[in-house]
Amino acid sequence: MTTASHETAQRTTEPTRAPLPVEPDPGTRRLSTAKAMVEAIAQQMRSNEEVFVLGEDVGAYGGIFSSTTGLLDEFGPDRVRDTPISETAFIGLATGAAVEGMRPIVELMFVDFFGVCMDQIYNHMAKIHFESGGNVTVPMVLTTATGGGYSDGAQHSQCLWGTFAHLPGMKVVVPATPYDAKGLMTAAVRCDDPVVYMFHKGVMGLPWMAKNPRSVGPVPEEEYEVPIGKAKVVREGTDLTIVTVSLSLHHSLDVAEKLAGEGIDAEVIDLRTIVPLDREAIAASVSKTKRLLVVDEDYQSFGLSGEVIASVVEREPTALTAVERVCTPDVPIPYAHDLEYAVLPTRDRIEAAVRRLAGAK
Amino acid sequence: MVGGIQVTPQQTNQQMPQQATPDTAQDQARDVAQQPAGSQLLETGRRELLRTMILIRTFEEAILRDYHADKSPAFDIGAGLIPGEMHLSAGQEPVAAGVCAHLTSDDAVTATHRPHHLAIAHGMDLRRLAAEIFGRETGLGHGRGGHMHLFDPDTHFSCSGIIAEGYPPALGQAFAFRTRGSDAVAVAVTGEGAANQGGFHESLNLAALWHLPVVFVVEDNDWGISVPRSASTSVASNAARGAGYGIPAVRVEDNAVEDIHRAAGEAVARARAGGGPSLIEVHTLRLWGHFEGDAQAYRSDLEGVPGHDPIPTYESHLVDQGVLGESDLEVMHASAHERVEDAIGFARSSPTPDPADALKYVFSEGERR
Repeated sequence: MTTASHETAQRTTEPTRAPLPVEPDPGTRRLSTAKAMVEAIAQQMRSNEEVFVLGEDVGAYGGIFSSTTGLLDEFGPDRVRDTPISETAFIGLATGAAVEGMRPIVELMFVDFFGVCMDQIYNHMAKIHFESGGNVTVPMVLTTATGGGYSDGAQHSQCLWGTFAHLPGMKVVVPATPYDAKGLMTAAVRCDDPVVYMFHKGVMGLPWMAKNPRSVGPVPEEEYEVPIGKAKVVREGTDLTIVTVSLSLHHSLDVAEKLAGEGIDAEVIDLRTIVPLDREAIAASVSKTKRLLVVDEDYQSFGLSGEVIASVVEREPTALTAVERVCTPDVPIPYAHDLEYAVLPTRDRIEAAVRRLAGAK
Repeated sequence: MVGGIQVTPQQTNQQMPQQATPDTAQDQARDVAQQPAGSQLLETGRRELLRTMILIRTFEEAILRDYHADKSPAFDIGAGLIPGEMHLSAGQEPVAAGVCAHLTSDDAVTATHRPHHLAIAHGMDLRRLAAEIFGRETGLGHGRGGHMHLFDPDTHFSCSGIIAEGYPPALGQAFAFRTRGSDAVAVAVTGEGAANQGGFHESLNLAALWHLPVVFVVEDNDWGISVPRSASTSVASNAARGAGYGIPAVRVEDNAVEDIHRAAGEAVARARAGGGPSLIEVHTLRLWGHFEGDAQAYRSDLEGVPGHDPIPTYESHLVDQGVLGESDLEVMHASAHERVEDAIGFARSSPTPDPADALKYVFSEGERR
């Protein structure tokens, strides 16, 4: 059945497999989260020519939320590819390229747009490795912007990480800081599994959006990894545990620091990764503090916050004496500023919940 | 019409005629064969086309036999040696044989929920294919995929049970081939029902825009489960849709394997040479039901279908042409039977996966074969 012949495809490079430093000292150089993310991509593109970037407005624009700024200038249009508004085609293309051993980084501009391309994501990208019995890997990164707080309305403000995390076969990382943004991106590109890399617009340090000072922070210049699947105790405390992710980490730390002056000592855990979830880190903290607050900008029901609580209850059925959630209630994100901030997990809502928990017996 | 290929656009919006009579098909195939600049098929090539089609049919007849062997008296779709939905491709062998004749195992093929003919024509190992269909540990996916989810890195073959969604990954395979300087191509196959899905149209646009080495194939078997093409598709020929994306497109009539071979040869050569994507629609035939257990009460054309079976038609044609004799046919069938029963025997005797391993392969750590 072979009537045509041609050159055999050859991999031009092998992915860089030499181990990298894991969570090195942050040093003193400061970057925004967006710049840290781009630095990680650029370093991986330099060390492995199988890595390429594609998506809407990732080229000359540099990513609507600055997730690819400057990459086109360094790597050119063959490796930094603007796509048509055609997510099914270009995310599927990324999956096919990954099946062949390339390492695409493909951007879904807003996570809210997943509805037009989810089949390629959850039925293909996420399932091929399993369906092939481990014989085909899909080493790709799906980056996507999440979150609200700037009146972009119900179709451009969602988090939805719980939706992706619910479906098996995708790792899901949600960095909150510049340091983790770089380390998790590096780990994601080098991972042999599909990784959904969800960056909240509010943590990127964009000059045109209200930002928390924590969106600029120390980042090592060298390549390094933050391990996928490992939570971090960002602030140690004894009175209660706040488990959170992404922009809500910034708010939670603000509240914890404020209330420390009143003698309320909150431990704050940044999950950093949702899949696989570091359930042991959560349970270990709660077994110490006995009180748990989950702060999550995603919708409250059937999602991450309930999963975190279940993880504790399954492991330490009697450890919890009090538990609360501060999430986005089950309503589409409103447009009007005051309405939106009535549903987002704001500092005020977090502070009130912390005070209640700290006062609970 | 000389030969079976019509260049688009079609001028009529009528339902395409049903399969030509065998005589007509023979006449048309003969027309092609008698054209020096036509199929350029030597006798060996024509025998190979038939050999591939016979191997596919023999394989699927064996699957059919074992699928139904223990599902009676009351049909239970989830029971038996081969559980689950079973979409067999009988009647569509000419597409697989004609297209895959131009490919090597370095080329990619993405197929549909009805994938066996393409998998076999593209050279997939029959034992591992059969074992996967039987849900055995020795299968391509160690029993995790099943007959709609076949992934073979050795032949760059994959399929998807989601209509039209096998097209986009083919773009990525083609992109990888080109990026690495290979002249390998990706062939993406769907049915005519898929040509109304977004994934189809998005893929044609992006492949054309990026000039990717892809050959898009549409198997028009007239039926999207029970919905006839006339009730689903706004144009008489999906090849007409190629023009909307600047893609060369042809429709091959009458399930004519040599015409398919010729059209695919041009498209594959164009892709290999850097000429970008092409689209081929083949008017083929769903000889059996959408899936096994489908009584096809909706199907008005059923009575005449067996007479249009492309395999006896092509056998008679090649015998008439003096390309092979009855004894050659017997050898082909016997050889196919031997290979197929070896594969089926391998599958039947292979172990089932250990339920303790049900959570394996979600992620890659330490799970490579």
